[in-house]
Amino acid sequence: MVQQRVQNRLARITTTPYKPTLWLALIILVCISQLACSRQTPTNVEFGNRNQVLFIANGDEPQSLDPHKSVGSPDYNILSALFEGLTSRDPKTLSIIPAAASQWQISTDRLTYTFSLRKNARWSNGDPVTASDFVNAWHRALTPTTANANAYQLFTLKNAEAFYTGAITNFDEVGVTAIDPLTLKVTLETPREYFLETLDYHNFYPLHRSAINSTPLDNWTRPDELVSNGPFTLSEWQLNRVIEVVKNKYYWDVENVKLNAIQFLPISDQQAEERAFRSGQVHLTNTPTMAIEKMETYRQNDPHLLKSSPLYSSYYYVINSQREPFNKVKVRRALAFAIDRQLLVSKITKGGEQVAKHFVPPLEYQEFADSLKTHTDPLYQPELAQQLLSEAGYPNGVGFPVKTLLFNSQDNHRKIATAIQQMWAKTLNIKVNLAHQEWKVFSAAQNSMDYDISRAGWIADYLDPGNFYETLLSDSGNNDTGWANTHYDNTVKMAQVTSNSREREQLFATAKQILDTEMPVIPLFYPADNNLVRPEVINWYGNKLHRHPYKSVYLNTP
Amino acid sequence: MLKYFFIRLLSAIPVLFLVILITFILVRLAPGGPFDQERAAPPAVLANLNKQYHLDDPVVVQFKDYLVNLLRGDFGPSFKYPTRTVTEIILTGLPPTLELGLYALLFAMFVGISTGVMAGLKPNSAQDYIPMTIAMIGICLPSFVLGPLLILGFGIGLEWFPVSGWGDSPGDKVLPAITLGAAYAAYIARLTRGGMLDVMSQDYIRTARAKGLSPARIVGLHALRGALAPVVAFAGPAAAGLLSGSFVVETIYQIPGLGRFYLQAAFNRDYTMILGTTIFFATLIILFNFISDVIQAWINPKLRQSLSK
Repeated sequence: MVQQRVQNRLARITTTPYKPTLWLALIILVCISQLACSRQTPTNVEFGNRNQVLFIANGDEPQSLDPHKSVGSPDYNILSALFEGLTSRDPKTLSIIPAAASQWQISTDRLTYTFSLRKNARWSNGDPVTASDFVNAWHRALTPTTANANAYQLFTLKNAEAFYTGAITNFDEVGVTAIDPLTLKVTLETPREYFLETLDYHNFYPLHRSAINSTPLDNWTRPDELVSNGPFTLSEWQLNRVIEVVKNKYYWDVENVKLNAIQFLPISDQQAEERAFRSGQVHLTNTPTMAIEKMETYRQNDPHLLKSSPLYSSYYYVINSQREPFNKVKVRRALAFAIDRQLLVSKITKGGEQVAKHFVPPLEYQEFADSLKTHTDPLYQPELAQQLLSEAGYPNGVGFPVKTLLFNSQDNHRKIATAIQQMWAKTLNIKVNLAHQEWKVFSAAQNSMDYDISRAGWIADYLDPGNFYETLLSDSGNNDTGWANTHYDNTVKMAQVTSNSREREQLFATAKQILDTEMPVIPLFYPADNNLVRPEVINWYGNKLHRHPYKSVYLNTP
Repeated sequence: MLKYFFIRLLSAIPVLFLVILITFILVRLAPGGPFDQERAAPPAVLANLNKQYHLDDPVVVQFKDYLVNLLRGDFGPSFKYPTRTVTEIILTGLPPTLELGLYALLFAMFVGISTGVMAGLKPNSAQDYIPMTIAMIGICLPSFVLGPLLILGFGIGLEWFPVSGWGDSPGDKVLPAITLGAAYAAYIARLTRGGMLDVMSQDYIRTARAKGLSPARIVGLHALRGALAPVVAFAGPAAAGLLSGSFVVETIYQIPGLGRFYLQAAFNRDYTMILGTTIFFATLIILFNFISDVIQAWINPKLRQSLSK
């Protein structure tokens, strides 16, 4: 009955005299499907495989391709294809290999490095790369008017900080000199074991004189203007659309560069990035974090496309040691021992993270692999946690003030904070409120120590534990805990200047012990680098520093 | 009437000044600055950065300098993209945003008006209920839900359209335009239906029917003109809304438009960029509303007369 009525109505609608509208809609539908079917053009990946062009989803639009003005990881990724420092890294092992310098000598006091530059090194316009290109670039990096936010990376050079702050004005006093066009002498303030590791930072790249002589808005970083010395050179930059680099025909090792071009697509949204990968728009994704739920799907259905590798980085909570009751060591330790990290990585984060046994992740890959197998959390000791809290004057959490756990607004951080809030409530019977802030507000709050407990993370710049330990020095700008320990400061500072590797190891062991006892930060886990990579991409390796030299990468197509 | 429009245009100046002043104060009141990052730069570096961008000047001086530069047409350099000026970024982001807004508006107008007419002709029938229910869902469904749904169905499932990009292949403008225009289409459909119901019961339509005109002529020539008056009034704010509200769609489909820059500027505390885009959008909104007023006065004789008095 009802059906009959509906059918009658529908019949009336279709026989109404206002057919033009319906017909028009039909025509449009046909047009749209025609338009859709005309998409027979090859996908980016198909095009790239035929022409050796690599397509990368590169995260946010880069801030700048001026090595002295760029800040984020999307910028570095492109800069590493354009420029080449004195040294570079093996893409798989990350060991230091000669780059713009063919060899170097280190003085016995480990203060002076003499680099011999390659005779055949050329800029992308054919000019030779000379020692003064390095001197001028470093001069520019340290000049206050350049407004370089990362100038401090060069402060290992003798008198560099003094020059930057204006204490000295003559750059000749800074520890870098061009002995002759192919010899560069570098003098350090104090011996630094890891100095060679820092030379592939963008702040240590050489710059062509066209860049040196530019004014702030001189646009020397635009296509056709940018002169680079790396395996690739900039050919196209459409804001928020694409950055393309093509093979640099003047590069000294050009015969070993197999890719003809790389297109970096700025895709900041995690979901959009995955869709772009799935629909063949990119060969690989470059942002270190992936949407958790997508990761699970790939792990089950296409494990060969998901490359997950440990990062030399740490995810932890910082505690404001200057506020009650966190000035008590026992309270800090109780909080740390009440967290079940195993549960956290297996049920909450699920991105291949590893349970942190300590603030500083282990350096050796084997240790990572072992910790993956065992998956135990030696720090999780609920009884000890309860006992410590009781000794601190809060038996069974009674009298413990309500404190706030701060994190920056992101879904993954919220999930982790909620889990830890519950763990503390369950084990210690204490109440912690959650607060989230948008990134800039969060950074400002953390830097000004306006928090009780806060999320934090650190990714190493180079493979040396000192990288992590230095952040907790009492005079470090990165120490937002308010915790200061003279013994710790002395130990870490001594490790910085010691060249004897055994002695360094011992000093770091001491520093580690102090942190374990004092617990100014609560270690949680070591994050992993998760990337989607198509199988035809060869010589691209996941590694601990998330550095991916593109020189030897190519596409293997049948 | 000309005098009225002249005064309307002049009144835009204090409005714009207020927009600049309030935005200027708000961005500086917001916690966190352009150079705050997790790895805090040493104080010497921070002080130097502030000096380079004149952020160490008193706020009043900064405001005065900004206004003076603005009068010269200079929005200043972007803090986030230090090698680009705000003007350059706006000019780069504008064409895709304009194009997207135009397609979305066309889509919204076409779909909205045709379904509205259909529904208005047979009120309280299936021909009315079905499109109006869909329209209601359209209004309620936010673009961040509709976008991924369309991508899933037409992009990944049927593979008819690309899932993201702009100007790379012929079909990549279809899904973004539909996503952005859907809610407006739904609203226009409801407005048109209301207008049609109103007009179709008027005497002059009955006269047209009695004279034996074909239904298509009645609707096309006589009814639509009256029925569309509310749609025209809505078109001005809608056009402004489509331009300034496209950032969600631009993010979903990775379109290199102005909306994405606007959103990122707010997160980055890119003071000059926030101010520049706000002023730009404010001008556009004022302009579109003005144009909408002019068109309304043109098609509505009553309004025209009252303005001439």
